[in-house]
Amino acid sequence: MRIVVVGAGPAGMAAARTAADAGAEVTMVDSEPEAGGQFLRGRAKFEHRGVTHLKNTEAWMVEGHTLHLRGPRQLHFDALIIATGAYDRPLPFPGWDGPGVITAGAAQALAKQGVTLADRVIVAGTGPFLLPVATALQNLGATLVGVYEANSPLAWARETKAVLANRHKIAELASYRKALSHLETRTAVIAKHGDRVTVAKLDRHWRPVSHRTEHADLVCIGYGFLPRTDLVPNAKRTNDFLDVDELQRTSVENVYAAGEVTGIGGADLAEAEGIIAGAAAAHQEPPLIAVEAVRRGRLFAQALARAHAVQPGWQTWLNPDTTVCRCEKVSLADLTDAASMRELKLTSRVAMGRCQGRICARNAADLTGIPFDGQRRVIAVPIPLGELADLPEETS
Amino acid sequence: MHPDVVVVGAGIIGAACAQALRARGLDVVVIDRSGAASGTSAAGEGNVLVSDKEPGPELELAKASRELWPELAQDAEWEEKGGLVVATTEEACEPLEAFAAKQRAAGIDACELTADEALAHEPHLNPEITAAVHYLQDAQLNPVKATRALLRGIRIIDAEVSTTDGRSVTTTNGVISCGAVVNATGPWARQFGVNVLPRRGVVLVTTPIPGTIRHKVYDADYVGAVASGDADLQTSGVVESTQAGTVLIGSSRQRKGFDGTIESKVLKALARKAIALFPMLAGVPVMRAYGGFRPYAPDHLPIIGEDPRTPGLWHATGHEGAGVGLAPATGRLLADLLTGSTPLVDPHPFRVDRQEVMV
Ligand SMILES: Cc1cc2nc3c(=O)[nH]c(=O)nc-3n(C[C@H](O)[C@H](O)[C@H](O)COP(=O)(O)OP(=O)(O)OC[C@H]3O[C@@H](n4cnc5c(N)ncnc54)[C@H](O)[C@@H]3O)c2cc1C
Ligand SMILES: Cc1cc2nc3c(=O)[nH]c(=O)nc-3n(C[C@H](O)[C@H](O)[C@H](O)COP(=O)(O)OP(=O)(O)OC[C@H]3O[C@@H](n4cnc5c(N)ncnc54)[C@H](O)[C@@H]3O)c2cc1C
Repeated sequence: MRIVVVGAGPAGMAAARTAADAGAEVTMVDSEPEAGGQFLRGRAKFEHRGVTHLKNTEAWMVEGHTLHLRGPRQLHFDALIIATGAYDRPLPFPGWDGPGVITAGAAQALAKQGVTLADRVIVAGTGPFLLPVATALQNLGATLVGVYEANSPLAWARETKAVLANRHKIAELASYRKALSHLETRTAVIAKHGDRVTVAKLDRHWRPVSHRTEHADLVCIGYGFLPRTDLVPNAKRTNDFLDVDELQRTSVENVYAAGEVTGIGGADLAEAEGIIAGAAAAHQEPPLIAVEAVRRGRLFAQALARAHAVQPGWQTWLNPDTTVCRCEKVSLADLTDAASMRELKLTSRVAMGRCQGRICARNAADLTGIPFDGQRRVIAVPIPLGELADLPEETS
Repeated sequence: MHPDVVVVGAGIIGAACAQALRARGLDVVVIDRSGAASGTSAAGEGNVLVSDKEPGPELELAKASRELWPELAQDAEWEEKGGLVVATTEEACEPLEAFAAKQRAAGIDACELTADEALAHEPHLNPEITAAVHYLQDAQLNPVKATRALLRGIRIIDAEVSTTDGRSVTTTNGVISCGAVVNATGPWARQFGVNVLPRRGVVLVTTPIPGTIRHKVYDADYVGAVASGDADLQTSGVVESTQAGTVLIGSSRQRKGFDGTIESKVLKALARKAIALFPMLAGVPVMRAYGGFRPYAPDHLPIIGEDPRTPGLWHATGHEGAGVGLAPATGRLLADLLTGSTPLVDPHPFRVDRQEVMV
């Protein structure tokens, strides 16, 4: 039984270990030099009997029972586990495309490499993952000007069930004490020009009600997450996250998914889903403890999605000349009236550049009222023509 | 509502028909189930070519279209970039030159170039080429923008048409009666009684490398692939830039119904042929691949005219890999026939009453 896992984050590592322990021959592929994924990179040591870990290797297409890797190289599988995670969603505002604005995820990754990014930093967005990023930046010696959460924590008051089932998450908050004292809610960065940052107080819909100026060299933004689902463009999904059943099976035969590609709930939920996917792919009964962890974790994930949903008022932060698509330099005023994403892209060039809409397509859809179609891409990462030319004649 | 004409399909062909009919003063409504330019017309490279057509009825239609496009495509990234057709083997030289000579006799601007001259036009071209012909009339536009430009001022209804009797159409939003109906549903035209089938094509798009490739450049074997009816995969090297600096790489032809999966063997074949033309492309990343379904009739000629079995039902479809290039003349010819004016070109070869076409 050959099982291939894409992604070596908490979900992928757990899936690989579990499948190998069940006797499968496992290959785990990840684009990074180290295992761990977004959250545990640098802290995880991965070595497991029965698992071959291919580092620095990007997967770019699934074709039948074959996974295509950069190189080019192919892996044939009986079951495939997609554990490619998610990346954070930026929202545009005047100046977001200039220097000194990056995503919270990018800041976290750089901080892990010990890169000192700036003297004065702001972390802005929505969701509990802003706090570890702020803490990491503080630990590198940066002055934290503020952590701005656009939603109100009062939303959590309605989520008692999820909170009670996940008390350990609340305890985790304590470790971010130093950053917590800088937390302001119903607050956002709505413009940045040089080091002058406009910080606004927001109403419930995220429309600014007042603003002030702060000084910061770096603004890190993260308004929720978008899953990396490109390897399975035809798999069924809801709000862009892959649909899975109780065994983590996607709608595509022999393809499982685990971790943040299915929903955002933190590293422990990702790991529990990985255990179930690894067991199920290797035709074993998933351990009850993981099943229970997934049940609890999903309660938390659903509460998180509700409490930290993006509100439409952000659309008032833009001016007509504010950039929406950085790759193709498309501004708000350039967005044409169109009936579909495809028409919008081909007439305005939004989402047609190097990032292929990973950063801007969702925002462009919201700004124009066009239904977001999940952006199915056939090629998951850019690949040189020379490599395509070297593909083998037949794949399996 | 009782329009003179209902056009079914808001692709580039339906748009050109609607525009031409409206220019005659007719009241026209266009119906599409998924919006303007949502089908094949959004999947093409947007070339307006005369270079790939053998002298005959299709070339006449292409020439007429080429004259009409510049005025109609003003807001659609119209670019008279010219085409460069190259032979890559010794055996391919003579057929290419013979083909160009025939086209010249039919009034096409086709200049033979030496390899050095070709390299002066396209500095990154493979110096090993054996012959080249420069077609000055070949041009390019953005087909989605062109479709929208043609449809300006024309009412578009969002609905799916299930049947028509030539005097009305039955849609998901009720029945619309009218004077005449035009079937411009591209690869889906078979549902209204003509034998049109889908022929799959895939295009690769690279990251931007502005200014590197200036013309539409393609391998002389392309003409053979276009004319062939073979179901198996056929590929040939077709390379060009867009105004955004990305490079579009085609072309593949495959008959496999409406199956939209992208296969690695197609990617491989396209990449190899593109690198054979421009070796420097080997290091350029592809950032996306997309595909569409060319609407083709078994005898590879468009279908333009009234259906003898259903008076009032007109067809404008079957343009295969040349619908963008052929759109304005198709619209004009259809409007001429429908209003009883002198036809722009001889309509006989495109009539509906062809053995391969009537189903
Ligand atoms: C800014 C930020 C802060 C966070 N803070 C916390 C926190 O404090 N607590 C917490 O529990 N969670 C936190 N998270 C969430 C945490 O990242 C996730 O819970 C966890 O990493 C999800 O695990 P995963 O295995 O699903 O995906 P990931 O950890 O994202 O792993 C996916 C892996 O797949 C690889 N990959 C993706 N596509 C390909 C491809 N095509 N080819 C090869 N490899 C590929 C990626 O390189 C990556 O290594 C945070 C996330 C962010 C962005
Ligand atoms: C990869 C590729 C590259 C190409 N490159 C070029 C090129 O460079 N130059 C060129 O000239 N041509 C090119 N072509 C060919 C060109 O794209 C087509 O010939 C042309 O787009 C056909 O236009 P159409 O309007 O007939 O069809 P379509 O654009 O497909 O329009 C048909 C419309 O009908 C609608 N429809 C269908 N059924 C119904 C119904 N029952 N009710 C309501 N609406 C319906 C559809 O939604 C669709 O919008 C290419 C094609 C492909 C696939």
